Amino acid sequence: MVVKVFGPDYGNPKRVLVCLIEKGVEFETVPLDILKGENRAPEFLKLQPFGSVPVIQDGDYTLFESRAIARYYAEKYKHQGTDLLGKTIEERGLVEQWLEVEAQSYNPPINDLILKIVFGPLRGLTPDPKLIEESEEKLGKVLDIYEERLSKSKYLAGDFFSLADLSHLPLTQYLVGKVEKEYLIRDRKNASAWWDDISSRPSWKKVVELWPGLY
Amino acid sequence: MAAPVKVYGPPLSTAVSRVLACLLEKDVEFQLVPVNMAKGEHKKPDYLKIQPFGQVPAFQDESITIFESRAICRYICEKHADKGNKSLYSTNPLVKASIEQWLEAEGQSYNPPSSTLVFQLAFAPRVNIKQDEAQIKLNDQKLSKVLDIYDQRLESSRFLAGDEFTLADLSHLPNTHYLVTVGNRGEAFSSRKNVDRWWNEISSRDSWKKVVEMQKSK
Repeated sequence: MVVKVFGPDYGNPKRVLVCLIEKGVEFETVPLDILKGENRAPEFLKLQPFGSVPVIQDGDYTLFESRAIARYYAEKYKHQGTDLLGKTIEERGLVEQWLEVEAQSYNPPINDLILKIVFGPLRGLTPDPKLIEESEEKLGKVLDIYEERLSKSKYLAGDFFSLADLSHLPLTQYLVGKVEKEYLIRDRKNASAWWDDISSRPSWKKVVELWPGLY
Repeated sequence: MAAPVKVYGPPLSTAVSRVLACLLEKDVEFQLVPVNMAKGEHKKPDYLKIQPFGQVPAFQDESITIFESRAICRYICEKHADKGNKSLYSTNPLVKASIEQWLEAEGQSYNPPSSTLVFQLAFAPRVNIKQDEAQIKLNDQKLSKVLDIYDQRLESSRFLAGDEFTLADLSHLPNTHYLVTVGNRGEAFSSRKNVDRWWNEISSRDSWKKVVEMQKSK
């Protein structure tokens, strides 16, 4: 039985897809149209009560929250594919630290830019330039800290690619795509090199090719 | 025997108190290192060396310095797996996955509206910042939707991740405590049967009572 990942056309499910590919785990995808409100259908809410994507189904087992799903499969298949969690408890601690930074500091402003610039217009909404500027500033401050970190360390948690770096792929791809703010990355030398490195991994290239979504 | 671990920041901080509750559940000895936020100590170079975002908490033991309260909690539970409350962060893969699911739900769905409300209702008045009524209304609505989902979940589950109190529940203690006390949002919790039961149970744990005492004395 192969694990099913719901909503591959959107950003957060891709966090799961790229993780599964890095771990060499087979999967299927189940499309969902959020604009049509398919995420609010009662059968879907039984799987994911918040009505968000992704959710996975592995036989009878379901799990939601992309970072929880990624951690689960990264641990379950620790001894196959890329080691995404570090080799020691301390390395794991740093992976968790930067994964939380992504979730708590990087994600909010970049997600706001994506919702306002990419998805809002699809619902007939025009973004408020002042609010866009605010989110861009917040994201810039976070990237300044990344720039400093990446001057001392090839990847966020250390000299190894980890779940922390991987977690940045899905939404940053929008930034260099339809959000049209690639300069936020390119203006920062170390962040730029890091982005080139992680986004050119075969796993990520495959995800972008097969599920281009609204990139 | 290892020296006590260090936690930087005031117990009044929700994120600091998250870590303190975890350390108390795990019976791990700690030392609280004050950071004078009123004087901007958290934005000064010495502190930024250990926490580059200028936030509290930061954590240090004999082998590492880490920040981000939820990451610190996970690290403490892994490093001291054999101490204190062992079911806080189960090593059983399926149980752990459920804990992670609800810990992420806390971080992504519960924390944004609840921390905004905590700031607006509990902290803004203290530092003479004018409350934003529109933000309060919007986040009350968001919180309400999340609590409806929690009430449904807790109908068939004693705690969020399952039968045991875990990191997922613990992570909700700091913001909720302020909401139901100084934030005057008790009714949002007491009006939902299962949320009410759950909140009463988790907030009466010895570890949380100790944290609340620490918050009063600083």
